[in-house]
Amino acid sequence: MHADPKGVLTGVHFLDGDHACCEGTLAAGARFAAGYPITPSTEVVERFAWRIPTVGGIFIQMEDELAASIAIQGAVWGGAKAFTVTSGPGFSLMMEHIGYAAITETPCVFVNVQRGGPSTGLPTLPAQADMMQARWGSHGDYSIIALCPNSPQECFDLTVTGFNLAEEFRVPVMMMLDECVGHMTEKVVIPESDQIAITPRRFTHQSPEEFRLFKPKEDLVPDMVKAGDGYRFHVTGLTHDERGYPSMNVETQDKLVRRMQDKLKPFTNGRALFEAVNLDDAEVVVVSYGITSRVAQRATQMARAQGVKAGIFRLITAWPFPEQHIRELAGRVKAFVVPELNLGQMVHEVERHAAGRAKVISVPHAGGTVHKPEVILKAILEAAR
Amino acid sequence: MSDAILDIPLDMTNPVEPFLRMDRMPHIWCPACGIGTTVNCFARALESSKLDLNKVAIVSGIGCTGRVAGYANLDSFHTTHGRAIPFATGLKLSNPELQVVVYSGDGDLFAIGGNHFIHAARRNMDIKVICVNNLTYAMTGGQTGPATPTEVISATSPYGVFEPSFNLVQMAEAAGASYVARWTTYHVKQLSRAMEEVLHKKGFCFIEVLSPCPTLYQRRNKMGDGLDAMKFYKQVSKVRNGAPTSECALTRAGEIVVGKFVDRDRPDYLELLTHQMKETLGDRYADPEVTTCSEG
Ligand SMILES: Cc1ncc(C[n+]2csc(CCOP(=O)(O)OP(=O)(O)O)c2C)c(N)n1
Ligand code: SF4
Ligand SMILES: [Mg+2]
Repeated sequence: MHADPKGVLTGVHFLDGDHACCEGTLAAGARFAAGYPITPSTEVVERFAWRIPTVGGIFIQMEDELAASIAIQGAVWGGAKAFTVTSGPGFSLMMEHIGYAAITETPCVFVNVQRGGPSTGLPTLPAQADMMQARWGSHGDYSIIALCPNSPQECFDLTVTGFNLAEEFRVPVMMMLDECVGHMTEKVVIPESDQIAITPRRFTHQSPEEFRLFKPKEDLVPDMVKAGDGYRFHVTGLTHDERGYPSMNVETQDKLVRRMQDKLKPFTNGRALFEAVNLDDAEVVVVSYGITSRVAQRATQMARAQGVKAGIFRLITAWPFPEQHIRELAGRVKAFVVPELNLGQMVHEVERHAAGRAKVISVPHAGGTVHKPEVILKAILEAAR
Repeated sequence: MSDAILDIPLDMTNPVEPFLRMDRMPHIWCPACGIGTTVNCFARALESSKLDLNKVAIVSGIGCTGRVAGYANLDSFHTTHGRAIPFATGLKLSNPELQVVVYSGDGDLFAIGGNHFIHAARRNMDIKVICVNNLTYAMTGGQTGPATPTEVISATSPYGVFEPSFNLVQMAEAAGASYVARWTTYHVKQLSRAMEEVLHKKGFCFIEVLSPCPTLYQRRNKMGDGLDAMKFYKQVSKVRNGAPTSECALTRAGEIVVGKFVDRDRPDYLELLTHQMKETLGDRYADPEVTTCSEG
């Protein structure tokens, strides 16, 4: 299925990442958004509020992020594609509902334009310090998908991808922008609508009598219905059986929680999205994502100019973590260098999957600006020694 | 509601069965709990409303009352604690032909969810909120909540509640609700009728139902069992339709003013939105087609 042309602003634009992300939601078919203002992410919904009345849909500004993050899920069960947008403190408030989306398998998108924390932190300045929160922030065991664009163009492209993945796997998808990517303005090319692939909702073809709301298909993902179609279904955040009925026992819990984890297994290898730059002959690999990957690009060029074979493995799906790719690389490179605008988060994943077979060097940064390329270069040179 | 259905021989199947998920029975509620009574009234209201039940959805938060959604034979959502109203808001806006009922407890709707309640009332969101007010957090063991009257003993107020409580009907009116009523589980006919009435009324509607929790609230406060609760409600309730909600505050043992207090017409959220957009955008305004995500 292709994008509905009504939402697609085909053409060559000069947009910042937040606005490009908004165009991505519209192209992806999102017709409902709920938000609560917070810097540096508000522009996404400001644009949506401006655009949506002529496209055909609704934006509602809710009373807080708790409300926004559950209103979108009501909208999804009503039949919409829906998303919310936030940063820092607002992302913290949304955590309970990320868990709710996970256990109810509600396809939806959370855009987080990361700023410096903790708490109110640095409202207008960048960080990448919510990466672990995106993965683990809600209580209990569950899995999500997190995407990290590094340009306004990718803010558009990956937002479409994010909505598609949410529908395919029925998980909440986190769009993990950072303040720099959100606020940098670059050329953004929006294709014709028939060039944009859209994953439709997996609506069941079964009758209400046959249908079971949480009975998984072969890919471990159940088909869906929406309210008002006569299925008389029940959705709960309690542990539930295939009918969706609460079931407080160890077996149901085990089956449900494992399935929620296992349905994203394809991402640890084949489905992982990444960009490989100069990896063929690399002895040092910079693992990076978001704005930091663009600084890493400069640093690896400088390293190559000094005769060190450096490359980049750029995480696009940060979660699920591309374990197998790191394992494979660890077998043939000398070292990984992991610069992040946090004091070391994704580096733990790299270490875990490198499993001692290659050196791993963290290049932490508390946020507020980006790394200096020289700092990453220094780590690369050290790693090559 | 017809009187005939209240007058049925014992060997007949219960007339409310079609409105319940019988495959989930028995329910979890204690004997003599008032929640079941309210559900019975709700089922009868659904029946007499003649609404297409495929187009009625029910949303609950968390608590003993929060379990209502799971027993109703409707599209039903058991959400998170306090957030039934914002969930219902999204559901209603994405699929406006649904009649969306929020069914939850006093703690859920007025403590953790209090902010959502006043904002949904302010917007006149077209949802119907039924609050089972048992004056306590029952599910978690009978702690003090925002509706617990002073002097009551609760699990977290062993020496008696001293903080003032909310007057729920006054708050609903002040925040903008289109319809506000209060009944008790003693007033089953009036409650059923009120529920039926709101199923046909546009805008944000609120019904508070005083309901006994014999297991925790009644027992701890030496108020007897379920039957004693009925006697108490009968004794202290005064029907005063149209009473100013400011005069309807509840105390531990004092008068319970019941009745319909507010019934007014205000444009609801979607009407306001549509009006504003048409006014400013004219022909450029596109009617929301929110639920199109399956089409090719
Ligand atoms: C975020 C969160 N905090 C606390 C709880 C625990 N909890 C469950 S039900 C409940 C109170 C319910 O009280 P009320 O809404 O009055 O419902 P009742 O059980 O009295 O019907 C609480 C505090 C929870 N589930 N979630
Ligand atoms: S604890 Fe109270 S409110 Fe809960 S089911 Fe028992 S009697 Fe009803
Ligand atoms: Mg209660």
